[in-house]
Amino acid sequence: MYGALWRALPGPWWVRVIILIVLVAAVAAALVFWVFPWVDQFISGQEVTVE
Amino acid sequence: MSDGPEAAPSDLAPAGGRRARRQAERRGAGRKRRVSVIGVIGELLITAGVIVLFFISWQLWISELIVGKEQQAQAQQLNQEWNDQARETPEPSDTPEPDPTEEPGDSAPPPVQTAPANAVKFAALVVPRWGADYYRTIAEGVGTAEVLDKGKLGHYPTTQMPGAVGNFAIAAHRMGHGGSLHYIDELQLGDHIYVETSDGWYEYSFRNLEYVKPTGIGVLDPVPQDPAAAPAERYITLTSCNPEHTSAERIIAYGVYDRFYPRDASAPAFGAPDEIAQTVSTGA
Repeated sequence: MYGALWRALPGPWWVRVIILIVLVAAVAAALVFWVFPWVDQFISGQEVTVE
Repeated sequence: MSDGPEAAPSDLAPAGGRRARRQAERRGAGRKRRVSVIGVIGELLITAGVIVLFFISWQLWISELIVGKEQQAQAQQLNQEWNDQARETPEPSDTPEPDPTEEPGDSAPPPVQTAPANAVKFAALVVPRWGADYYRTIAEGVGTAEVLDKGKLGHYPTTQMPGAVGNFAIAAHRMGHGGSLHYIDELQLGDHIYVETSDGWYEYSFRNLEYVKPTGIGVLDPVPQDPAAAPAERYITLTSCNPEHTSAERIIAYGVYDRFYPRDASAPAFGAPDEIAQTVSTGA
C-alpha cells in the first residue's frame, strides 16, 4: 500500500519525501482539527461538576 | 571472489551501474506490484494503531494547547469589547471621587451583575500562578457540550455572581478540552484569583483545597459546606475532577474576596491590577 504510494509519486527521492511530509502534515491537521473533536463527543469524558 | 564480476562494472562505470540498478529496481518493483492482501491489512492495522496513539496524545496534550490558545484569544476579545465600552461611555468617576488615600473599592461593595442566559460568556479568569498566558472565559451554566467541552469555565447557575455575598462557584476540565483547571492543585495560600467582568476585576485569594465525592454539593453552599449559615463573605469555589484523567472524586479550591478594581478607560491598563496587567492587555 505505502510501497505503491511511494512508486506513484513523481520526481527524485527528495521530492517524494517532501510530498510525503506535506501529505502527512495535511492528514495530521485534518485529524486534529476535525476528526478528533468529532470523535471526542462520543467518548464519555471526565465529569468535573458536583451534583 | 564470487561477487567480483558483478561488483566490477559498477566500480569501473558508475553511470552504467546506476542505470543497471535502476532497471533491477524496476524489475523488482514489477514483481512487488502484486500487492498481497495480508500486507495491506498489516499496513492498515499499523496505521490504525498510529492514529489511536495520536488521538490519545491529542486528548492529553495537543488539544489542551489548541483550546488553551482559543480560550486566551476569546478572553482577549471579551476584554477588548469591554475596554471599548468603557472608552465610549466614560463613567462619572471624576465627580464622586472617593478619598484618594483609600484603595478603590476596598470598603464599598463591588458591583454585582445579573446572570446571563445559559452558555453566554460573561467573565474571564486570570490566575497568575498558572502563567502569564492563562486567560480563560467563564460562561453561564455547567453544560458539558455547550460550555465545559469548549474549554470554558462554567458558572453553577444555583450559585451567586462574582462580587455578591455568598459563593461564586465555577467548574472546568482538568485534562483535555483546554484543561482550564489542570494546575488547580498547585495553588498556594494567598495566590490571587481574578475574575474579570465588564465592570472590572474581582480579586480573590486562594485559601485551601478540598477533595469530595462527586455528590458533594455542599461545596456550592453560600457558605461552603455549611448550608445553615447565613453568608457574610464573598467566596469563590473552583471544582474539577480528581485524580487527573478520571471522575472518581472532585477537587475543590476555595478563595475569599479581597477587593475590586473598576475598569477605568483613563487608567493605565484600564485599571487592571499590576500583577495581571500584562495578561489582560495583550490585545493593546
